[in-house]
Formats: sequence, structure tokens, C-alpha cells
Amino acid sequence: MVDNVLYIAFPYVAIVVFLIGSIYRYKFGFKYSTLSSQFLETQKLYLASVPFHVGIIVIFLFHLIGFIIPPINISLGGTTLVVFETIGLIFGFLALFGIIMLFIRRLQNERLQMVTNKMDIVIEILLILQILLGVLTAIMYKWGAGWYSADMAPYLWSLFTFNPDASAVAAMPLLVKLHVIGAFLIILLIPFSRLVHFLVAPFHYISRAYQVVRWNWDRKTIRDPNTPWRETIKSPQNN
Amino acid sequence: MDVRSQMSMVFHLDKCLGCHTCSVACKNIWTDRKGAEYMWFNNVETKPGTGYPTKWEDQDIYKGGWEKTNTGGIELKGAGKLKGLVNIFYNPNLPVIDDYYEPFTYKYLDLIESPQQDVQPVARPVSLITGKPIDIKMGPNWDDDLSGTPDFARKDPNLENLSPAEQEAMFQLEKMAFYYLPRICNHCLNPACVASCPSGAIYKRGEDGVVLINQEVCRAWRMCITACPYKKTYYNWSTGKSEKCLLCFPRIEAGIAPACMHTCVGRIRYLGVLLYDADKIEAAASADEKDLISAQMDIYLDPFDPDVIAAAKANGIADSTIQAAQESPVYKFVKEWKVALPLHAEFRTLPNLFYVPPLLPVMATISERSNSPKVNEISKQWDDKWLYDTSLDEIFGTIEQTRFPLKYMANLFGAGDEKLMADKLNKLMAVRIYRRHKTVGDISKEKSDEALRKVGLSESEAEALFNLTTLAKFEERFVIPAAHREQSIEMLESTADVKGSEGFGFIERPVRGL
Repeated sequence: MVDNVLYIAFPYVAIVVFLIGSIYRYKFGFKYSTLSSQFLETQKLYLASVPFHVGIIVIFLFHLIGFIIPPINISLGGTTLVVFETIGLIFGFLALFGIIMLFIRRLQNERLQMVTNKMDIVIEILLILQILLGVLTAIMYKWGAGWYSADMAPYLWSLFTFNPDASAVAAMPLLVKLHVIGAFLIILLIPFSRLVHFLVAPFHYISRAYQVVRWNWDRKTIRDPNTPWRETIKSPQNN
Repeated sequence: MDVRSQMSMVFHLDKCLGCHTCSVACKNIWTDRKGAEYMWFNNVETKPGTGYPTKWEDQDIYKGGWEKTNTGGIELKGAGKLKGLVNIFYNPNLPVIDDYYEPFTYKYLDLIESPQQDVQPVARPVSLITGKPIDIKMGPNWDDDLSGTPDFARKDPNLENLSPAEQEAMFQLEKMAFYYLPRICNHCLNPACVASCPSGAIYKRGEDGVVLINQEVCRAWRMCITACPYKKTYYNWSTGKSEKCLLCFPRIEAGIAPACMHTCVGRIRYLGVLLYDADKIEAAASADEKDLISAQMDIYLDPFDPDVIAAAKANGIADSTIQAAQESPVYKFVKEWKVALPLHAEFRTLPNLFYVPPLLPVMATISERSNSPKVNEISKQWDDKWLYDTSLDEIFGTIEQTRFPLKYMANLFGAGDEKLMADKLNKLMAVRIYRRHKTVGDISKEKSDEALRKVGLSESEAEALFNLTTLAKFEERFVIPAAHREQSIEMLESTADVKGSEGFGFIERPVRGL
């Protein structure tokens, strides 16, 4: 029963809240921002923000690949897998180092305290714990990444295919269980924190023309007496 | 030919008295909010000086603007698709609050509520960021009137290629001069801030060319602050959004002059429409440095040319806008008389704010020649050979005797071209000589005609230039085609301007996100 609540009900709640919350907040878009604090403190940021972001992005991609194509890990086997795990662990440490540095920086600097709210602290502590759990799992259990593909990916797939089965997680050691709960807790909190900024990562910049010119009305038809003016209006669009 | 309309500006630097009324008017309307205290959409700096933020012109530090690539194109110096995205977690070229100044106020209440004591109560300065007492190290206009000082004037980035002797000559105490440089956003034709914005929040309005930041789309990737070589986009550390001068577009749409221009005490500011050919922008922005200014001038079109008018109409430009372009004071200064120049054209953003260079502080030079005989009866001569004096062998002195080296002025307004700079100053001088001949009469007609002929001005042109410079009324200085009611922004969305909101099109108050 407890397992079902923690590993089935809670994830669903988290994902639903994440989806509804993020969309609602986007609708009232003023609050979507990275809330960068580099303007107030730049010297300590480099050795904090860069390792954290690089680390967490690589780790996230590893999790994603393992989830989307589970057989890839199993088929790799042996040495290759060890190489992958080592890379993963390095980036895990990188992210852990970065987030701890970010946390220290935020606590130490007087100016930053002015732009810090409770949720920033909650999220940073949660991320520290979550990354720590992940790194500890990788160090303490010698199953290899194949385990993730064999047990966790099917569990996650069972959630996404609406055929939930928590038995795989229930059999896991406490460390892994906490990591799973922590993950969904963070997903739950995304719409309530500054983490939303990863949802608006500027990938579209790559394909965009450099210059942006926006017209409030269609300049070719605005003077055309046959076009009703309502139809000539181009509402400025947001991304 | 893709004809578009651009609201553009001319600031006449000879007339600027450095009163900062423009800055205060702007601040009271737009930037008296939390997180915006340090921002000055309009600021006035003393030249020579380091400006605001400190040494903003030095792109070795801030990496703003565009630079030419080996292939002949241009790329952003410190931002862009590759550099911007690589540096997105940490922008190595970002100016920080200390490069501007830490905003502060004073604890005025302490003066009133202080208990009786032996010493005078003082109002201590407190930071507007942390609220704690601070030692003020820098403030708005900290370098005001401080020409010659080692901390400010001598660190002016425009002195870079001047010889030590030339620099020294500028800063001798008795000969020292300075002038004011008011700056707002240039609303460029090739804006670097727009190009650098990863989220696409910054855009140029097609209808009037005003460059705006969509506050709802801004995500604080903070590349625009690096990219703008004029440092005219500002990061609001409280809301986590960038902000910039909006050329008071709600006022312009109503046909009213922007606040900074409306309040200008010296009447140095002119606002008008320039028609331009958008197809030529790319070529002009990537022209060779020596051709940059002439290439930019070629973009602007003659509003009386029937072909231009036809093309403008086909592009949906209103007749009222075309008429405003024909009456535009900016067109006259920039294209007709060619006495106004863009600031730092070498940044390649094609700015639409032009400056009539200051003649007086440049010309009012004196060398050790005060013992030479007076050429003219009425010219003053002082015993102290170092004293400020405009009257040597020529009534106004000549370009060759400039107190500021032409090289220095050319670094600011001529993209380094001294000849271009001399042309403009000669033209302004010719008008002065012509008017002296007209009004005082101690300069002969031959001399006046000769001066005008040399710079290619007719008498009527000189008269018109003089009139627009000195006597122009409000309606002549600001020719603003109001937005047609059916097109105005208010028809699309409520601007709901209340004090404390930003008037950028949202009704929500600009509070910080979670």
C-alpha cells in the first residue's frame, strides 16, 4: 500500500502538478525567468554554475537515454558500460560540486540574500541531496547501469503507459527509493520554483534569424480599403 | 527597395548645458522601481570621461557590438549563437552592478528622529540593494564636470590612440575643457541586443523602429547587456528581466515628444522620421570601417523622391508619416546639411541617434600666442596667456587650433576619420562666421562668403541651419506622426500604465518570480 502511494500515486500527482502548474505559469509569463544573479555577484559564479549545469545536463541525458532505449545499456555490456559509468560518475561529482558551490555562494553573499527566497533554498538542498543519493548509489552498488535499464526503465515505462507496477522499486534498497521519491518531488516543485527556466531553454535561437522585426499590423494590407482592419492586425507572438 | 520608417534623434551637443533634466524626467517615469534604481535609460556624461557604466566604450572589456569577420561578414563580438549559448551558464563579459554603481539612499528619518545629543545627526547612506549602510564609491554622474582628473577623464577609452603629448595638452589645468554627452538608446538599424537575445524577447517594431524588450519573454539569459556596445540594456536584478529605453512609445504614439526630449532645457534634442531602405542594412553594417558612416547615410532615403514615396506607400507607410519625414529636423541635420554624426559608428549597429559635434569646447583653444598682435579690433585679449579665449588671429580660432585634438573627436563621432570630423566642424564654424557677419558685422562679407563656399553651404542653408539650431519652436524640433487610432497599440492590448508597472503591455505588476 505504502509502495503504491509512494511510487505510483505520488509520481502521477507530481507529473500532473508539474504539467498544469508549468502551463499555468507560462500563461502568465512574466514570472518565467532564470532569475540570474550574476549581475550581483559574478566572481564565484563561474566555478559553481558551469560545473553544475554541465554536470546535471549530462546526467539528465544519461538518465533519458537509459529510459527511452533501455536495451542500449544491456547490449553494451562489459568494458563499454564501465566507461559510461565512469563518465556518468565524473559528471555526477561535477554537478554535486557545482550545486554545493552555488549553495555556499548564495548563503555567503549579502546581495544575493536579497534575491533569495525560501524556494531557492529548498530546491538547492533538494538538488544536493538528490545528486548525493545518485552518486552514492553509483559508488555503493556495483550493479552497473544495466540495472537501471533492467528494473527502473520498465517501472518508469509502466507509469507512462498507465499500467503502473511498483514492484521493481519496492525491491530496491533505501538509497534508490529515496532517489526515486526525490526525483518526483523535484518534478512536483518545478512550477513553484526557478527551475522552470529549463523549460524555456533557448534552442530556437539556433535556427532563428539574428534580427527580429515585429509588425503590429500587416503593412501590405493595412492601407487596402477592401481589408477590414481587424484582419490586418498581427498580434505580436511570444515564443 | 524595402522602405521603412524610423523614429530617429539628433542631439546638438553645443547646446547641452549638462543639467540632467532629461535623466530626471526619464527616471521619474520609467526607472524609479525596485531593481531599476541604478538604471538610467537616459544619462548625461562628461567627455572626456569614463562614462556610465565605467569605460563602456572599451569593447576589449565589455565585448559589445559587432565585428568584421575574415569572410567579410559581421558577427557579434561577445554574444551570438555560438558564443551566447556556450556562455549561457556564465557570461564572462557581463558588466556587474559595481561597474554602474550600487544604488543608495540616505536615512533621512534619522535627521528628524534623532534624540537630543551633542553632535549633529547625520543621514547615513544605505544600499538600495541590501538596505545596509554602505560607503558610496560611485553614483550617478560621479564623473560630472571632472575633466582632467586621473580617475575619469584620463581613462577615457577614446584617448587610446592619442600621443601622450596630445593627451597632456588636453588636460593642462588652465586649458582644460569638456562637454556633455547625453545618451539614450540608439534604436539601431542593426541592433546587437536584438541579435544576441536567445529567447527572442527583444525586437524592433516595424512601424516606427523602436527597439523593445518583451518583458514576458525575457528569461534573463543577459546576453543583450553584453551585446549592446552602448550599454543601454539594463538588467533588473529584482524582477530578473532586462529593460531598456522605449523612446516613450506610448507618448510617441500619441504624437507627444518623449519625456527626455520634452523637458530638455537646452533644447538640444530633435526627433523626427527617417525613411530608410531595409535591404541595404546588411551591406552597410559590414562595410569597411572608413566607409561605415557614408554607407549608413546611404540607407536613409530622400522623402521627396517620388519613387521613395511610392515604395513607402506600397509598404503601408501612412501619408502622415511620409509628411513627417519630409518635415523631419533629423533629415535636415543628417542628410541635407550633413552636420550630424552617429556615436561610435565602428560598433556597426547603425545607430539612429545622431550628434551635432560640440564646436565651442573644441574650438576655443589657445596656444602660447597671446603676444601676437590682435588681428581684429574687437577681439578680446587677456594678459594671462593661458586664459580661455576664443579670439586670436581669427575671431573664432580655426580648426587647426582645436583644443581637443580632432583625433579624439573622430574617435567618438567619426569612426576615427579626422577629415570627416573636420568637415563637420568647419561647416558649423562657417555658419557661425556667417551669422557673426550678419549680426555683429565685424567679419567682412568676403570672409563670410569664403567660409560658406569652402564648406559648400548656401546662404539660405546656413540661415536654415542657424534657425533650426537656435530658434526652432517645439513643433519644428519634434515632428512626430501620431499613430493612427486604428493602428495604435491600445487597440490591441491594454497598456494600463500605472506608476510602478512598466507600460510594456502587461497589466500584472512586475514582481519577481518564485
